[in-house]
Amino acid sequence: MPGLVPVFRKELADHFSSKRFVILFLLVMISGIGAAYVAAQSIRDELRTANATSSVFLLLFTASNGNLPSFVSFIGFLGPLVGLALGFDAINGEQARGTLSRLLAQPIYRDSVINGKFLAGLTTIAVMLVCITLLAVGLGIPLVGRGPGLDDVARLVLFLAVSVVYVAFWMAAAIFFSIVFRQMATAALAGIALWIVCVFFVGMLAGQAADLVAPVSKDPTAVELLRNDSAHRLFARVSPTRLYTEALSTVMNPSKNMLGDLVLRSEVQGMVPGTLPLSQSLLLVWPQVAGLVALTCICFAASYIRFMRQEIRA
Amino acid sequence: MAAIAVSQPGESAGEVPAGAPERLAIATQGLRKHYGDFVAVDGLDLAVREGEVFGLLGPNGAGKTTTILMLLGLTEPTAGTARVLGCDPTHDPLKVKRLVGYLPDNVGFYEDLTARENLLYTADLNAIPRNVARPRIDALLDRVGLADVRDKRAGQFSRGMRQRLGIADVLVKTPRLIILDEPTIGLDPEGTRELLDLIRELSKEDGITVMLSSHLLDQVQRVCDEVGIFVKGQLVAAGPVGRLGEQLLAGQPLVLEVQVAPDAHAAAATLLASVPGVDAVEAEGDLLLVRSRTDARAEIARLLAPLGLLGLRTRGASLEDIYLRYFREH
Repeated sequence: MPGLVPVFRKELADHFSSKRFVILFLLVMISGIGAAYVAAQSIRDELRTANATSSVFLLLFTASNGNLPSFVSFIGFLGPLVGLALGFDAINGEQARGTLSRLLAQPIYRDSVINGKFLAGLTTIAVMLVCITLLAVGLGIPLVGRGPGLDDVARLVLFLAVSVVYVAFWMAAAIFFSIVFRQMATAALAGIALWIVCVFFVGMLAGQAADLVAPVSKDPTAVELLRNDSAHRLFARVSPTRLYTEALSTVMNPSKNMLGDLVLRSEVQGMVPGTLPLSQSLLLVWPQVAGLVALTCICFAASYIRFMRQEIRA
Repeated sequence: MAAIAVSQPGESAGEVPAGAPERLAIATQGLRKHYGDFVAVDGLDLAVREGEVFGLLGPNGAGKTTTILMLLGLTEPTAGTARVLGCDPTHDPLKVKRLVGYLPDNVGFYEDLTARENLLYTADLNAIPRNVARPRIDALLDRVGLADVRDKRAGQFSRGMRQRLGIADVLVKTPRLIILDEPTIGLDPEGTRELLDLIRELSKEDGITVMLSSHLLDQVQRVCDEVGIFVKGQLVAAGPVGRLGEQLLAGQPLVLEVQVAPDAHAAAATLLASVPGVDAVEAEGDLLLVRSRTDARAEIARLLAPLGLLGLRTRGASLEDIYLRYFREH
């Protein structure tokens, strides 16, 4: 496909040299490392006292001491910002600077522009997440006092893959906004609005919606509570952030064997506490992962179609 | 190696033998573009011969840019066909874009990249190997007078420098045809002169066909061999600058500008009204405007000589007169 490689190369160089990216990289790195450090402290205490499970290493990424969110929730929270920053001026920025018509007047297919930009963004995201995760692992090994096992490594790889898809979703959304809106500021604000809704409001709104669909009486029965809870979770899954945290809290925690927090005592009675193998954890969150991939594809496809049909009038 | 001495018939230094049909760089038939109800280009028939400088002249919003975008395959025509250097831009835009350089109006560059890096990116997009591209780019930057700022960021460039960088950018792919959309807009007189000289040079020395759009007449007049006047999506006249007047003013009365000493105005006006063929005489500042059905200059000169005739010329010969006159009437 003529033009894809040069566009990809240039966009990649642009991302890595842009101040915007450096700032966000530092932000995510500091918060991620901070979270891992705090988690490591609490793991040490736990190791001293309690019966350590085999998956103690992954606690680096999922444990929080109440003050600082865990590594995984930091990515869930800040990842969207990175994605938005990589994409919000992808197309309208070129338009505003007068480079788009010059670019498209070169002998390249129009798809090369948007594909090259998307792939460059994807690579940037992957490099960034791998870097930060490896940093956290490196920091964690001496603090925890043991390295990751094979299962831990597999889960970390999975964590990285899902995270890349998750951040890519936000980048695809931002690219879409950058095509729909001529102004870069408008595109950035639209992206931030979506981020706020998905991260903060969907949970609350899903609660309201669940109460409407499955009301809970004053003296609730177990069935009512369970119904309300599952409705709540269902509605909340509108948000990709919710899908992401649900998927990762399971993947990164082998002892977690169900998605919800609310269970009947009869269900867990006689259950042997243990850990799930990776394939079983994956089975639990397959719909979430597929949903994330689908959302990302839909966003990118919408951008692609919009861009291919766009008039190039200055 | 004797074969090299044999001249190839098609390559005789661009000179077309008399009588041979001239090749067309751009040919359109009934080219049309609608945006909803708005007709941007309305049945355009355009012919630009290879090797000439063609000026697309028209007010803002006449459809010049839309036409150019259709010629490059950047936007699809609603109806009609176009051929650019023998290719169809709608169905084979890549082929056209390999041969045609396009300088958009308000051309922009990546501000964080240097002049050289910007051009290198263009070379990459044209799949020109870097070892070929580098010397070519340096030569081009030298040619447009940007050699000493080639490693400066394009964001620091002035409007004139950007425009010259744009010309260099267009030439990176060694095009056969270049299309310049409002190339002189926003340039100071010196910058304009330099740019027009460069365009002239590209046409004469490099044999590149040039099509430029502008709403500024004097510039078109200075560099173009042929001009097409474009109004409301239609080409109202096309041809060499000199002949355009005849086309547009055909059948219209001639206007003569007569200049006499101010105190002789009244007397001159009376005399002029008596000349055969003269329809009306009116004053315009220092001048007397004579509308005449025939070229009565000799007669007028003879009559007014005793009063002190200071000047006498026909109005409507310069493109500006044609242009203004045309727009006043439509």
